[in-house]
Amino acid sequence: MSASPFPPGLAPATAPARPKLVVIGAGMASGRMLEHLLEAAPGRFDITLFNAEPRGNYNRLMLSPVLSGEKTYAEIVTHDDAWYAARGVTCRFGEAVTAIDRDRRTVRTARGDTPYDALVIATGSAPFILPVQGRDLPGVVTYRDLEDTEAMIATGVAGKDAVVIGGGLLGLEAAAGMAARGARVTVVHLMGHLMERQLDPAAGYLLQRDLERRGITVHCKGATKAILGTDRAEAVLLEDGTVYPADLVCMAVGIRPETRLATDAGLEVARGVMVDSTLRTSDPHIFALGECVEHDGQLFGLVAPLYDQAQVLAATLLGQEAAFAPVQTATKLKVTGCDLFSAGDFADAPDREDIVFRDPGRGIYKRLVLKDDRILGAVMYGDTADGSWFAGLMKDGTDIRATRDTLIFGPGAGKADPLAAVAALPDAAEICGCNGVSKGAIAGAVRGGACTLEAVRTCTKASASCGTCTGLVEQVMKLTLGDDFAAPAPAGMCKCTDHSHEDVRRLIKSMALKSIPAVMQELGWTTAGGCASCRPALNFYLLADWPLEYRDDRQSRFVNERNHANIQKDGTYSVVPRMWGGVTTPAELRAIADAAEKYDVPMVKVTGGQRIDLLGVRKEDLPRMWADLNAAGMVSGHAYSKGLRTVKTCVGTEFCRFGTQDSTGLGIRLEKLLWGTWTPHKVKLGVSGCPRNCAEATCKDVGIVCVESGYQVSVAGAAGMEVKATELIAAVPTEDEAVEITTAFIQLYREHARYLDRPYKWVPKVGLSWVIAQVVDDLPNRRALVARFEVSQSVYRRDPWAEHARPEERTKWGPMADLSLEAAE
Amino acid sequence: MNMIDIGPLSNIPREGARVVKTRLGCVAVFRTATDQVFALQDRCPHKGGPLSEGIVHGTHVTCPLHNRVFDLSTGLGEGEVPTYAARVEGGRVLIDSTLLSRSAA
Repeated sequence: MSASPFPPGLAPATAPARPKLVVIGAGMASGRMLEHLLEAAPGRFDITLFNAEPRGNYNRLMLSPVLSGEKTYAEIVTHDDAWYAARGVTCRFGEAVTAIDRDRRTVRTARGDTPYDALVIATGSAPFILPVQGRDLPGVVTYRDLEDTEAMIATGVAGKDAVVIGGGLLGLEAAAGMAARGARVTVVHLMGHLMERQLDPAAGYLLQRDLERRGITVHCKGATKAILGTDRAEAVLLEDGTVYPADLVCMAVGIRPETRLATDAGLEVARGVMVDSTLRTSDPHIFALGECVEHDGQLFGLVAPLYDQAQVLAATLLGQEAAFAPVQTATKLKVTGCDLFSAGDFADAPDREDIVFRDPGRGIYKRLVLKDDRILGAVMYGDTADGSWFAGLMKDGTDIRATRDTLIFGPGAGKADPLAAVAALPDAAEICGCNGVSKGAIAGAVRGGACTLEAVRTCTKASASCGTCTGLVEQVMKLTLGDDFAAPAPAGMCKCTDHSHEDVRRLIKSMALKSIPAVMQELGWTTAGGCASCRPALNFYLLADWPLEYRDDRQSRFVNERNHANIQKDGTYSVVPRMWGGVTTPAELRAIADAAEKYDVPMVKVTGGQRIDLLGVRKEDLPRMWADLNAAGMVSGHAYSKGLRTVKTCVGTEFCRFGTQDSTGLGIRLEKLLWGTWTPHKVKLGVSGCPRNCAEATCKDVGIVCVESGYQVSVAGAAGMEVKATELIAAVPTEDEAVEITTAFIQLYREHARYLDRPYKWVPKVGLSWVIAQVVDDLPNRRALVARFEVSQSVYRRDPWAEHARPEERTKWGPMADLSLEAAE
Repeated sequence: MNMIDIGPLSNIPREGARVVKTRLGCVAVFRTATDQVFALQDRCPHKGGPLSEGIVHGTHVTCPLHNRVFDLSTGLGEGEVPTYAARVEGGRVLIDSTLLSRSAA
């Protein structure tokens, strides 16, 4: 156990003086290493400690309490001057080492060279600075050391706007600290959810919700484009065009190992300074530890493995055998009130199983990842009391087969309640939107003796109109009546949940759920990521209900909507440019013909919706073909979407001798108004100029037939799997009214129908008379529907082709790599 | 096993896939919500649908043509899809280099 760490000739015994140990960097890792070394063998080495910062070792983990004002610097010092003096450590603080001379075994500073027998590189890490315009402006800071913290405090953030770029551990602590000092804080995070390295989307959602409750704005999927300002930072501009005012911008997008000295000295450096298990670098006299090192392909940012390294390096320097073996470490966020725990490996992978527990009412999410009856990882939010118990089972590799059924409930098993979401609603929460009936009113009626759904409907009117809240009313009844209530078994929207489509739509609104993870968490989804049936439905419900807040999730869309073209049986696509009202021009036809030839389109076909279909286009050709069609003034025809498809017209008064109104003009006007909108299922319109009905308007979702006295608006026709004539909802004298009623009907359909119900399926469920009352008779309601439609269209009335045809987007449409041309080894 | 680098992980959307062309046909490389990667032949055994265009949920994909569901880790579902080794290393996606060969070895 006395093998020398030094090559022959350097061993202490042959030298009269003590071996010289030089340490570069007085951070937490080297500090802990010195503690171990000086405790085990005081006086064994002549130690010189360099630090670029003008101070010794302090507890960087406690910077966030310093930032928030809960602690002072003096309270977080680990080693003060007296500590170093008592142990004979020569401190050279504020003196940066600029070079290592490995041949002469010296380190260089501004004050000259210092010799070493053994050298420890503990230079830590540097914050990563995004290479965006404005990064050098005053007011842009990082969050890494005391200087950064003091800079943020000195700016006097109270009442000012602060933007934190980066929603990882450090960024969120900086955000919470500044919010505690009275700043208006926005966190901009590139990924889909906060702390994506430690949390899965469900836990990330709960964290975001808690931060938002304390006044912090969170913008996920936000890519920073530039920091705006002339003399100092004034605002942050994102790629999507959002601008957040910012008196202070804190970049916390990540760290990278500080390896410059090691690189310059010719040591082996990959992402970090390469060390073996004894923490020796490629030079036998030089060791490294902390955030600057790379061991077995891994970098280290959390303190636990760094303390393990400190112990190993102290042993190595003392000639004892020790080997560093990184272990999984648990993460906790030091933000008061945000209770999260993450440990081990919780990624999806082969042979792994999930146990998921959600308690929506209490905002609790727990997930265990199992393999071969052992716990591999755990993510928890809201209740982390059992975290260390799970971590213990994980570390010990305990076989959990016997306790698996109740494992997720912790050492003291509990039970999940399927009615939790409804039970958590306050009495004032609105259950029936049509008739404004609250949860309390329904419960009151039940206590007053209304024990059946019909009785509740009669005395409260709850679920008596459109009926979509029936399931919720039944749940309130069940909560009130207990076992005395026997509800008819509801059909869940898919295997992931027992909630019906209608319940989910109501709860999205009444609980203000604004993301897919939020819905899955609050409504107790039984799968971690949903399925191909519920994800597109949720995506639609969310964008329909929160048009300005929710961002469309492309990966939750079926292939045709994701790729803005219809996939064919051979994997090619069909492309249909929009022809407003079925009217085209020679120039458009020429551009279509050119595109058909240029991209070898095998079939050009006229569709039933009065436009032209180019069939058999290869996926990688789509963006360029769209760009060509855009250049000729054409946009997507949305022939692939659950949205507005076509408005079929006849030529009306302009040419036809029977035409009574300008049906072509009305059709074009409607199409320009409605295009781009997403609906529960596809929507096709027809406008005929006279009752001869050449546009076949009376088998469309909305059909308008022009007559001498005005316009007959009818809805809910079908000419597909079923054939059904439309039903008249209004006869109006002016074109404006016909447009308004059509728009209001489509918005009503968007707000109430279940996903994949065409209007002819939905209208009988809610009743034609209810629809007429909503969009024809009740004028203020009609106008409100139109206004809500316009809000949605302010986001969605745009051409998706133009977006995807941009040159920088085009490579995403081809293969990621082509190995068919590469030579085999 | 020899692996070949096909590009950065960021080129594949989360809960999505990208295609790699090989002499053995197209291979779909999937990325899950938690950044695991899987490589499968990009061809549903039912009617040849491109699995790379399916909706990815958990560690499963649903074929875009007729909704058949396959486990990304085993290729099993209603029928079986050939799988290839794939992993992420330092932010790069690596797949089984036997896909470079001219025919199935």
